[in-house]
Amino acid sequence: MTPFKYFCAIILLLVFFAPIANAAAAAPSESNHLLSLSKIDMVIIAIYFVVVLAIGFYLKKFASTGEDFFMAGRKMTAWIAGLSFISANLSSLETMGWSAMAYQYGMLGAHAYLIGAIPAILFLAVVMMPFYYICRTHSVPGYLKLRYGEGARTLAGISFTFLTVMVSGASMFAMAKILNLLLGWDMNVSIWASSITVAIYVFLGGLLSAVFNEVLQFFLIWLGTLLIPILGIISAGGWTKMMETVQKNATIVHPNLQNADFTSLWRNLGSFDTNPMGIDWFGMVFGLGLAVSFGYWCTDFLQVQRVIVAKNLRSAQNGTVIGATLKMLVPIIVTIPGLLGLAVLLNSDGSPMILVPESDVRANITHRTFNDVLPLLMGQYLGPGLLGLGVTAMIAGFMSGMAGNVSAFATVWTYDVYRPLIYKKGGDKHYLNMGRWCSVLGVLISIGTAYALFYFSNILEFLQVLVFFFIVPLFGTVILGMLWKRATPAAGFWGFLAAIIVSMSMWVYVHTFPEGSKPQPMVVVGNNAVVNTLEENGKILQVVVESGQVRTTNVEIAIDEQKKTASGHYTLQKAVTLKGDSNLRVLVPDAIKVDTKQNVKFGAEGATVVLNPDVKIDASYVSKKFDAAAFNFDHTKYIARSKKAQPMAVNMYSALWSLVVCLSVTVAVSAFTKPKPDAELKNLVMGLTDIPDEGPAPWYDNPKLWASVVLIALIIINIIFW
Amino acid sequence: MQQEHQIPIWFFVGLLLTIYGMLIFGAGIYNWIYPPANVKLTGLHADVWWGILLLAIGLIYIGKFRPSKK
Repeated sequence: MTPFKYFCAIILLLVFFAPIANAAAAAPSESNHLLSLSKIDMVIIAIYFVVVLAIGFYLKKFASTGEDFFMAGRKMTAWIAGLSFISANLSSLETMGWSAMAYQYGMLGAHAYLIGAIPAILFLAVVMMPFYYICRTHSVPGYLKLRYGEGARTLAGISFTFLTVMVSGASMFAMAKILNLLLGWDMNVSIWASSITVAIYVFLGGLLSAVFNEVLQFFLIWLGTLLIPILGIISAGGWTKMMETVQKNATIVHPNLQNADFTSLWRNLGSFDTNPMGIDWFGMVFGLGLAVSFGYWCTDFLQVQRVIVAKNLRSAQNGTVIGATLKMLVPIIVTIPGLLGLAVLLNSDGSPMILVPESDVRANITHRTFNDVLPLLMGQYLGPGLLGLGVTAMIAGFMSGMAGNVSAFATVWTYDVYRPLIYKKGGDKHYLNMGRWCSVLGVLISIGTAYALFYFSNILEFLQVLVFFFIVPLFGTVILGMLWKRATPAAGFWGFLAAIIVSMSMWVYVHTFPEGSKPQPMVVVGNNAVVNTLEENGKILQVVVESGQVRTTNVEIAIDEQKKTASGHYTLQKAVTLKGDSNLRVLVPDAIKVDTKQNVKFGAEGATVVLNPDVKIDASYVSKKFDAAAFNFDHTKYIARSKKAQPMAVNMYSALWSLVVCLSVTVAVSAFTKPKPDAELKNLVMGLTDIPDEGPAPWYDNPKLWASVVLIALIIINIIFW
Repeated sequence: MQQEHQIPIWFFVGLLLTIYGMLIFGAGIYNWIYPPANVKLTGLHADVWWGILLLAIGLIYIGKFRPSKK
């Protein structure tokens, strides 16, 4: 590219960035948005967009063959592979989500980065990586083809491609929603600006672009968020004082968890009710530590792709161990902010600020949600400039996550679906072009999914757990294939399929309500209705709706002496009182207070509601046999061994049973079907694979040594925070 | 990544951190003179020393991985 072309490209980028700046400028400065950006913050964000696009243009000339585009030329060093491996998983949804988890579940949230990651990553590095690397597969479904045959590969390839782009779309929707809530940015602009940027740079440079951006993102996310725990701990009066305050405030913030210990990793896992997650040590070790963790880290191709493209086996293994080391540090920027939320987020009177789940009636009206804990701390400690860096880290995290999904989609679609099933005779150039356009297609499908979620947001939760159903069975199939040469092609396919079906069946089962699931009774007061309230010690005891409209769900209303109803449209002839049992939720998003004539908004639970004559009512009665947003605790007790199990605990146990089913069915079917001859399993199965000698290396280049060091560090951390 | 004539990723990291370091350091000096409202612990001037840290890391990476060195 000539300097003139670079100049033109930069001008194009600046023109392209204008809508984002406009969208940001259009956001009201005096608003309810959590964060308010200054000009310097906007400049910092703009520079990020310019740099990543410039890198994309620069890398195009290095992606001229299929191997370059899909495998980054298999030339990565251990450090780049390791940083990319860990960044692909360190998206903003991850940092914000796990900070929220730490606020909700306390120190237990750190398990996702300790027992829920490190043993699996080290297992990948030491045991599995040689097989992935020596068979020169380009993907995990590609390994299944070599080991089991076309059936297992097709099932894995098709499921993976569609799930990847759908999850990418779900992340994009979540990003747009978060940027809208935090900064007031227009959701359409957020979706299109980030998607077009990702499409351009992945189209140009393929996996190489994605990896470059992941490495950049690694630095941004650490340097953009590390100040929060540092300043937070200083503000809390040191680590010991912070943990004392966390435990004290946790009982105020989570009043239904009085017995729960928020500050330890293991000593609160003796029974289901001494910890905020409703899980015991068995579920944590075997559900999270074995099934979920090994499934995700050892067989999710998005992760594995980052390290199998290293320049040699030793670099691939060392890169993975570097990834494990960095993963163990992530709680510093994720778990500690979540805990700080319990310690240093205070109201103006000094009382702890109470954040609520998204499902809470007060969410985003009078109370911020769990997911806001990290942005709230950013707003509290980061001034102009640093805030721009923090928001850039967030946007970079979203975009590199999307790029990772899209590049993995392009690889698996081209090599595992298009080439074997649709067009076998193409040359390298043909598949390279297919990969480039697949990247664009992947982004477009992601955008379509994101827009679908505008209208069907209730499937968001389903989409997020869908991948999880798929990777755990995939791990069972792959690991048996690697370690047991007797596993047959038929067993690989049926074990995988059976576990997917069982996994999804368990999910359906815990969300099924034979008696009907009735959403909590709720009264939503329409905009501009006139209301009055009776309060005591800050708690709303009574809400009087003087005029306007209300919408009720599952609330029985006595229209007159004879008639009681919970559905229909009508105008009240006389005042009606809805007795506030502890269940009744009242939501007032934008009403007018009768005495002050000021606009008010609030949410309350358990208040009495009085509806005066002439108030218009739209009443509905809802009872669902299946509700993806609610858990049937009579059913979860069979899956997660306790009625107290929280959603996270249910997922962990479901993953465990899914793995058990996969292994059992594969072993059982293998007993009755014919295995492949040993000659066909060479370089694919333990015992039939010779690890190549890569020549002498200094002691500090030995992956097993470093894996042992990381394992010892993991044990020490668990003992310290026992 | 180590392909001939290809600028290493570390150089881009250094470039971005140097630019951000300068901007955040500048913003920190401004915030020192005019402290922002609603931000806690401004007295520690975290943005000034964080800007210096970014600048230092950025310059080290640029110095070590600049393309002309190849």
